[in-house]
Amino acid sequence: MATKSKKTAEAALNSYATGPDDRGFFGIFGGRFVAETLMPLILELERAYEAAKADPEFQRELDFLNLHYAGRPSPLYHAERMTAELGGAKIYFKREELNHTGSHKINNCLGQILLARRMGKKRIIAETGAGQHGVAVATVCAKYGMECEVYMGATDVERQAPNVARMALLGAKLNPVKSGAGTLKDAMNEALRDWVTNVRDTYYLIGTAAGPHPYPAMVRDFQAIIGHETRKQMMEAEGRLPDTIIACIGGGSNAIGIFHPFLDDKDVAIYGVEAGGHGIDVENGHAASMNGGSPGVLHGNRTYLLQDSDGQILEGHSISAGLDYPGVGPEHAWLKTIGRVTYVPATDKEALEALQFCTRLEGIIPALESSHALALVKKLAPTLGKDNLLVVNISGRGDKDLATVVKHLGMKI
Amino acid sequence: MTKHVTRIDARFEALKKENRPALITFVTAGDPDPETSAQILSDLAKSGADIIELGMPFSDPMADGPAIQASSQRALKAGQNMIKTLQMVRDFRAHDNTTPIVLMGYYNPIYVYGNERFIKDAKAAGVDGLIVVDVPPEADDELCLPALTAGLNFIRLATPTTDKARLATVLKNTSGFVYYVSITGITGAAAPVVNDVHSQVKAIKAETPLPVVVGFGVRSGEQARAISKGADGVVVGSAIVSIIEKSLGAKGEATEGTRKGVAELVKELSLALSAD
Repeated sequence: MATKSKKTAEAALNSYATGPDDRGFFGIFGGRFVAETLMPLILELERAYEAAKADPEFQRELDFLNLHYAGRPSPLYHAERMTAELGGAKIYFKREELNHTGSHKINNCLGQILLARRMGKKRIIAETGAGQHGVAVATVCAKYGMECEVYMGATDVERQAPNVARMALLGAKLNPVKSGAGTLKDAMNEALRDWVTNVRDTYYLIGTAAGPHPYPAMVRDFQAIIGHETRKQMMEAEGRLPDTIIACIGGGSNAIGIFHPFLDDKDVAIYGVEAGGHGIDVENGHAASMNGGSPGVLHGNRTYLLQDSDGQILEGHSISAGLDYPGVGPEHAWLKTIGRVTYVPATDKEALEALQFCTRLEGIIPALESSHALALVKKLAPTLGKDNLLVVNISGRGDKDLATVVKHLGMKI
Repeated sequence: MTKHVTRIDARFEALKKENRPALITFVTAGDPDPETSAQILSDLAKSGADIIELGMPFSDPMADGPAIQASSQRALKAGQNMIKTLQMVRDFRAHDNTTPIVLMGYYNPIYVYGNERFIKDAKAAGVDGLIVVDVPPEADDELCLPALTAGLNFIRLATPTTDKARLATVLKNTSGFVYYVSITGITGAAAPVVNDVHSQVKAIKAETPLPVVVGFGVRSGEQARAISKGADGVVVGSAIVSIIEKSLGAKGEATEGTRKGVAELVKELSLALSAD
């Protein structure tokens, strides 16, 4: 097993927020498990990211884009009617769905595109599930005039037609992936194959806090703006930190983004909500890798995976294309193991109900992904006192999911 | 660092005396079905394969092209798993105790089987070496070092992106031979540029006494012969696996042409590499 560096051993005593160690591990999770062709690239990326982080000019440019291009900070909104309806915790929404392109994905894409430019890369590739990341990548590529190819499972291409159209309009080349079940995992395999082939001029812009080191840490750092803003906004609104934070987890980038700045505030209860699909007792009927999976190695990192007893990866299922992935970011796997964050599943049905509940009460149509987080809010808020400040991350807007929702609800339009 | 002499070491020693490069053939264990696959394994040795790479099928072979992806899928569909793959080696050893077998694949099926248990069972079954695509030198403590201690060779890939500084890291705990991946890409992709390969192999050989073999994109006898100049062996995989695929019947079942086709290609490759 991985030897823990001194840094991690100390971190475990004093802080939950200093990982990964110098080999990219969070406890036993994470690491760099990639083919040799990619190793020099991964090491170069790590050096380039460290240099960028230390460069005030890089941060200044990113701050400028966040303010003027993405439309940050996103509001922290008091959901009064939902609070009254549930009769417990005081509920706030972190409104990531109001960002440019309609989700938190732009936060990471702006950071990585600046890095790719610093590295002199000309061509950007990416994988996408729901298409939210694909759209965000296509957007930043259009802005900087860079060549862009997006890999998307053929099944997802069908169920996310609006995002497919947006990517095409933005000038990205979309490659539907037919292997496997044609979902996010297969798109990621194909993106990795492209990268191995075109390694010298291509930058792989991974969309979630997973993959080989340094991606999990880098994507987290770019998404941590969500948590930093939430801290400041809650101090302004209530004069203190929140008591409860809830976010949905596919790969887990929106969740680690809002969680990370609060990990060392031990009084803040933190919940991640996985895709429970048809129920976690249904074999291959969910995408809850932490509640219904086991540790393994896939796509460059060790983490919890949906897999059979022979180590073959299962496809998983979720109504939400963005959560339909058989793994999870390694930092979440570690936070689960040490017990700092509580991870629970929500089913397709609960997510659909939460979507309608939120839409009718607040006039906000959340993405099916974010609706999983809201499903836990519905259950948990009534059990908490009225002085409990609860923040739920609305990671994306639901427009892209309308066809799925209409179909499942049997609505006639 | 390994003190054990494996069948791989012995085979390269013998080939050196014969002054010819090794023909290394890859097939996926259990493709297209367990029985045919076991027969193909025997045929490979009899048709002139000097070393056999046996693929451990995986659902998500990220570094492989369509041909080997499909072979993995066929094997898994036919019920292949790690226990059966190790049994296949054990059965092969009952009648062939000299042809080296290298298990090749991805880390997850090994990790889930249990690293310690895997090394023990593989050694007991008669496996000689391992190639695990997604375990880089940075993770040597997990699998490579325990495998070497147990007397298995741990064979690493060097690639066109491996510069001189990186090469030292790659070679550090490598044993048996070095596998030079001739292209940046996936298995079965475009043919490598022969001159580039020669200069890269030369650069690697300057840094290690180990045999250096070349693979990825080698499809014919003529090409194998051209690529092998200056190298100690050539790996052919996708071309063999494609023959299996093309030979299958309407329901994906093995036909008379399956074993025959593989044997013919391997004989052609062997002949091309033996000719002076």
